[in-house]
Amino acid sequence: MKLSYYPGCTLKNHAKNFEDSALCSLKKLDVGVEELPRWNCCGTVFSLSTDDLIHHVAPIRNLIRVKEQNNNKVMTLCAMCYNTLKRANQRVKDNPEDLQKINDFMYREKIKYEGDVEVLHLLEILQNDIKLENIAKKVKKPLKGLKVASYYGCMLVRPKNIGFDDMENPNSMDNLMSALEAQPVEFPYKTECCGAYQTVDNQELVAERTFQILSSAQSQGADVVVASCPLCVFNLDQRQKKTRQIYPEFKNIPVLYFTQLLAIALGCANKSLRLDLHYIDPNPILKEKGLI
Amino acid sequence: MKTIISRQKIRSPFVAKVEELSGQNLLACYQCGKCSAGCPAISQMDLPPNQVIRYAQLGLKDELINSNTMWICASCLTCNVRCPKGINIAEVMEALRQVLLRQRKDHVDINKLSTKEKSELPPIALVGNFRKTTS
Repeated sequence: MKLSYYPGCTLKNHAKNFEDSALCSLKKLDVGVEELPRWNCCGTVFSLSTDDLIHHVAPIRNLIRVKEQNNNKVMTLCAMCYNTLKRANQRVKDNPEDLQKINDFMYREKIKYEGDVEVLHLLEILQNDIKLENIAKKVKKPLKGLKVASYYGCMLVRPKNIGFDDMENPNSMDNLMSALEAQPVEFPYKTECCGAYQTVDNQELVAERTFQILSSAQSQGADVVVASCPLCVFNLDQRQKKTRQIYPEFKNIPVLYFTQLLAIALGCANKSLRLDLHYIDPNPILKEKGLI
Repeated sequence: MKTIISRQKIRSPFVAKVEELSGQNLLACYQCGKCSAGCPAISQMDLPPNQVIRYAQLGLKDELINSNTMWICASCLTCNVRCPKGINIAEVMEALRQVLLRQRKDHVDINKLSTKEKSELPPIALVGNFRKTTS
């Protein structure tokens, strides 16, 4: 059976490099993936108000699509989609009345949702199902000499019942980088918020966060930063322009999706990396290390 | 600034609304300050998160709705996972935003964003922002 895959909106445009590199990597790992039919936006942020049920309809509808594929697991790549789908799922599992109301609202759906879909993130699948030792065996181009700082951000690790890794000191991405023979770099800002959607109306705040997070990674010797959230990557990459305006001494550093490094290591073609979508060009450092 | 504390304010419908929307017991907070200590955005806030909780306990509605704190908070949940009393501070911030948004008092005006900004920003940023700052 193929793994159901929920891409989410940003993976289809600004984060095409995330999707293409992830799908190529999964192919190299012999994992069959099938995109959900008729998926819709998850709503991006999980609604935190007690009475705001309407905003859980969109994520739950996507879980019905998983059932329509006769599956009970769905893979996400985007950390925000992962968090929103998984939290909405948890909420309806914990509150049968909420589930009933949401099902009633979607009375035209042929399947009633019963809280029986498991929401997984690709990192979890790599770690628990495919296993890092098997990935290591398939490495064609080891990432030798590349110092990688893994930035987890918020949505992969918090809250505690949703994150699949240690919420204060996660290491799943670092372990993956080790399996690819890169050199993981520890840095103390790996779970500090990048400012998220504030990037729309408060660029300065995001530039400030970008400066702190990336400077910390650089001070530990990182060549590149990897992440799993299209919003983190947008902020940490694109907002370096603003960061340079505020802090002229700031040195740029490429920010990649962890899947792009995975794809390189597994021998995917350069076209699946879509390195053209970055503001800070990762080509020079990757060429210097002999990786592309 | 003179702040007046009164039983009326503490027992006001505003406090009840914040507790209802957030699902939190505000009086559980004993002001340890751990939320503020770990908040990555505190330098931009005019009221630190622990003070927001204190003001909410006291029903200081005007001070709270004129503060920028709930709009700076991006729900990263660092405070929630560290609170020794199990209070979800981010949910209180959401409740404060909702109190205003449900009166159509938007924080961001979509019409003021240029076409260039809108095309450069990814959907994840736009949808997230509009969900949090507009009604």
